[in-house]
Amino acid sequence: MRYSRPGLDRLTHVILVLGVLVFGLPVWLALTASTHSAGALQSGVAPLWFGDEGLANYWQLLSEPISGLGVSALRLLLNSLIMALGIAVGKIAISLLAAYAIVFFRFPCRTLCFWLIFVTLMLPIEVRIVPTYSVVARFGLIDTYAGMILPLIASATATFLLRQSFMSLPQELIEAARLDGAGPLRFLKDFVIPLSRTNLAALFVIMFLYGWNQYLWPLLAANSPEHATAVISLKNFVQATDTLPPWQLATAMAVLTILPPVAVIIAFQRFFVRGLTDLDK
Amino acid sequence: MTVFERHRLTPWLLLAPQLVIVALFFFWPAFASLRQAFYVQDAFGLGERFVGLANFERVLATAEYWRAAGVTLIFSIAVAAGAMGLALLFAVLADRVLRGSKLYRVLLTWPYAVAPAVAGLLWLFMFDPVLGVLSHGLALIGVHWNVHLDPTQALLLVVIASVWQQMSYNFVFFLAGLQMIPASLLEAAAIDGAGPFKRFATITLPLLSPTAFFLLVMNTVYVLFETFATIDNTTLGGPGGATRTLVYKLYEDGFVARDLGSSSAQSVLLMALVGLLTVVQFRYIERQVQY
Repeated sequence: MRYSRPGLDRLTHVILVLGVLVFGLPVWLALTASTHSAGALQSGVAPLWFGDEGLANYWQLLSEPISGLGVSALRLLLNSLIMALGIAVGKIAISLLAAYAIVFFRFPCRTLCFWLIFVTLMLPIEVRIVPTYSVVARFGLIDTYAGMILPLIASATATFLLRQSFMSLPQELIEAARLDGAGPLRFLKDFVIPLSRTNLAALFVIMFLYGWNQYLWPLLAANSPEHATAVISLKNFVQATDTLPPWQLATAMAVLTILPPVAVIIAFQRFFVRGLTDLDK
Repeated sequence: MTVFERHRLTPWLLLAPQLVIVALFFFWPAFASLRQAFYVQDAFGLGERFVGLANFERVLATAEYWRAAGVTLIFSIAVAAGAMGLALLFAVLADRVLRGSKLYRVLLTWPYAVAPAVAGLLWLFMFDPVLGVLSHGLALIGVHWNVHLDPTQALLLVVIASVWQQMSYNFVFFLAGLQMIPASLLEAAAIDGAGPFKRFATITLPLLSPTAFFLLVMNTVYVLFETFATIDNTTLGGPGGATRTLVYKLYEDGFVARDLGSSSAQSVLLMALVGLLTVVQFRYIERQVQY
């Protein structure tokens, strides 16, 4: 739709470009600061352009143990990846099975089961943090990947979305599968999963970002550096020191931390928008 | 739409993983909180006794709790106003342009992928008293900016970092909402002689109000919970409690001070608040699904 108003059109672009620049500024400054030496940064205001210490800073982070942590950034990123994939795959797997049971089977307490899963929406990790820690500690899972992942993988939203998606599958296909004599597992594998591919991909993108960006739970559940994630390591750079923080390393670590999720969101923009708008309605 | 009527055990096997996780890591801790909220432990952690509502009374009688509630409220209002206002502006503009609208969309949504902890760190750097670009800029116009000393500036820092992050979320929803408004409505108004601003005020804005209401709830939930990471990477609740939100206080009382009775009572109060927000949000969903 277009109502010709050249002046307004130009203003629209100007404001949008300004917005893009302002919103990009924090990351731009982190990017440029991460390529300077500590000495160069201390000599004044944060630089707007790149220096020539970039390789050295990133190499130091990735190859040497970070002071105060004792592990390298490579290890932190690997831990983040394990946690994010574990949460994304775990959430989707158990929600897929649960939604499948609720939509395609009839059994007593079916509605109750759905509601039991649904009310977990009211119990974010932050409000049940102290007792959840006790439960996980009782199972001896503190400082393990399982302990970092399991308390976060129940998903009311994923179950809800997949239930909606299954209920809108074409009736003819279900009839066809019935005539085919497909059992429950084959029906799931050959019909339901392929037909829900787009929704599953959208869910995966959202859940990966959710898992990668977790903060409070891994902060408590991963209390040794061997299991620390990239996101929780950042505090170590800026809060642990009494002197000026090593900003060249802090900003480099920030850049490394946001690179994977930002790449995912840009590469899967279509799935991301769909996942977000479907998921939260 | 039932397909498998004769399977009795299969659905339970399928549901088992989710139900086990929910029972172990959601309901058990939630009930533990609920129970603990009515008990106090003795000084050595050996025994406990039932105290009725005493924990709640103790929490609600302290000025710090109400201070944290006030900080959370101001924080929520500021983030909702800032992030929704900017998002609406950018969404309307991105919806208007013909060329480059996809590019603008990508360039305005990526901050969603940045963890709140990182967002906090990035803005902390910009406002760093020694080498921050913004603190230097402010010094030029005579504003002395130090988030470690000034309570208002500290709160502003976490608000700005949160607005920066949450804007992209709101933007996605406003843009999706705008694209659902039938073009014929706007065209009819244009033919009737309504200019772009009139069309926005009389057609677009009312049709977006359900989206705005939904986002208001989501932004509140964001400030309640997600900003913990932003605060923990920047101001640590300070200076002097100026950025201590309800969740940050819960964490301090539960994990730092180890006051189980008080932190459980705070957990229960927060659960009630989230419950209320979920009900509000669910009524919104019900209204949405009528088609």
